[in-house]
Amino acid sequence: MDHRPQAWGRPRDDVFGPYDPSYLQTTGPKTATQQPIVTGTSVIAIKFKDGVVMAADNLASYGSLARFTDVKRLHPFLGHTIVGFGGDVSDMQYLTRHLNELAIDEAYDHEAASAQSGGGSHLNAANLHKYLSKLMYRRRNSFDPLWNAILVAGFDSQGKPFLGSVDLRGTAFTSPSLATGFGAMLAQPIMRKYAATEGDTENMTRDEAVRVVKECMKVLFYRDARSLDRYSLAVVTKDGVELSEDEQLEQQSWAFAERIRGYGTQTVPSLSGSETISALLALYP
Amino acid sequence: MFRNNYDNDSVTFSPQGRIFQVEYAAEAVKQGSVVNPKPAQRRRTLVLPKKLFPIDEHVGIAIAGLTSDARVLSNFMKQQCLGHRLTYGRSMPVRTLVDLIGSKAQINTQHYGKRPYGVGLLIAGVDEHGPHLFEFQPSGMTEEMIAFAIGARSQMARTYLEKHLDKFADCSRDELIRHGLRALKESLVQDRELTIDNTSVGVVGIKEQGEDGAAAKIEPFRVYDGQDVAEWIESVSDERGAEGEGMEVDS
Repeated sequence: MDHRPQAWGRPRDDVFGPYDPSYLQTTGPKTATQQPIVTGTSVIAIKFKDGVVMAADNLASYGSLARFTDVKRLHPFLGHTIVGFGGDVSDMQYLTRHLNELAIDEAYDHEAASAQSGGGSHLNAANLHKYLSKLMYRRRNSFDPLWNAILVAGFDSQGKPFLGSVDLRGTAFTSPSLATGFGAMLAQPIMRKYAATEGDTENMTRDEAVRVVKECMKVLFYRDARSLDRYSLAVVTKDGVELSEDEQLEQQSWAFAERIRGYGTQTVPSLSGSETISALLALYP
Repeated sequence: MFRNNYDNDSVTFSPQGRIFQVEYAAEAVKQGSVVNPKPAQRRRTLVLPKKLFPIDEHVGIAIAGLTSDARVLSNFMKQQCLGHRLTYGRSMPVRTLVDLIGSKAQINTQHYGKRPYGVGLLIAGVDEHGPHLFEFQPSGMTEEMIAFAIGARSQMARTYLEKHLDKFADCSRDELIRHGLRALKESLVQDRELTIDNTSVGVVGIKEQGEDGAAAKIEPFRVYDGQDVAEWIESVSDERGAEGEGMEVDS
């Protein structure tokens, strides 16, 4: 019998053969995310005069497979901020847990002080945006990035609506309207039509902003193959965050799809010469 | 030779449950000259001789005890405030800052080979919740105060502050400073006077509305000394006749 402490709790050598210690090895090549695996697609958001509207669908894709259809990608932070995540879902889960810890610490720090002064602001959206940009940039510099594109919406220290974006490289900026991923190509131009400047957002009502965002979600569902018609919609105002996590795209019209030619399974009649030109002119008048 | 066996280091308890090294450190605070701040609703003011350090735009400290230890703590606080500004883009909440040095100082009372800081601090600052005043002791204890004084002969100043406690909340900026100077005067040894050479005043607060057009903005921590405090000192020395008489009757 082997009485050495090293042998305690291990399979007996005389029965199972010599123990293979390579299972206990903790050294090895450093691993870092090389590519996202389970991903969320676009997050879009637009400011209006009293706050910000943000939306993201409830899909987490595994490659091109629509793998999880009830993943919530909008997360409220301390009551007056909403954070939307695109990109890797496991990194999103890491970040939301981290932000939850941050929120708890912040709430404790302010508990005594708020009791005295009758409430008061915590870490606001602008502060959180700055913090996330530092966090993402630090991870990128250790060549282990968090593979996300993040939107942060809420209010700044002046009490004005705030909307900012951070990506996996730590690039951070703010804008009257923002969209990540495919939304940057498909939704951003639509939102800019309604709110190109900060001045435009000051004239925009809440209903109008919600309508624009819903319209953009519809366009994204039409044209982004990694999207879903179930989505979450958040409205941040001075009164807090109103988050609805089970919105359904309404009044879809797929009539335009019939006119799409050139890829997919449909048969394209072979045309030549002047026929091609006239066919193209018919498609794109 | 009579010797205390339990005061060699900060990790040995006496049979009565005391840690002498920590108590000695508290003693060092009492050797320092008096510093005495009083806060009003909008402002915390620190009044004392040559012992004021700005930490950040919104925080300043007053020290009593070992100056070198105070510099260690103030450098630490400056770095933390700067770091917080960089990562969050806001000024550090005063309580968070005070908790940091509290924990730092407490660790020194619990590890062999370390010694407690021999300095007491008063930390004045403003944040989103308004003005704050904290006391810091070498034991690591930190406490929020409305008005307080630490250092040698500070008891007299505390007595004055306690007596006028209710007035501070509604004081104007200048009134508050005068209260501070009067409290400081109480702590002076006989025949000493407040002069521009032995008095500095530190002020941090929220600007009174209208001062700057815009609503509630921060008045950054600033140390006033030399000729800048002459007018205030004069204004409290004028009252001497009336108040001095009353005091003599008491004694």
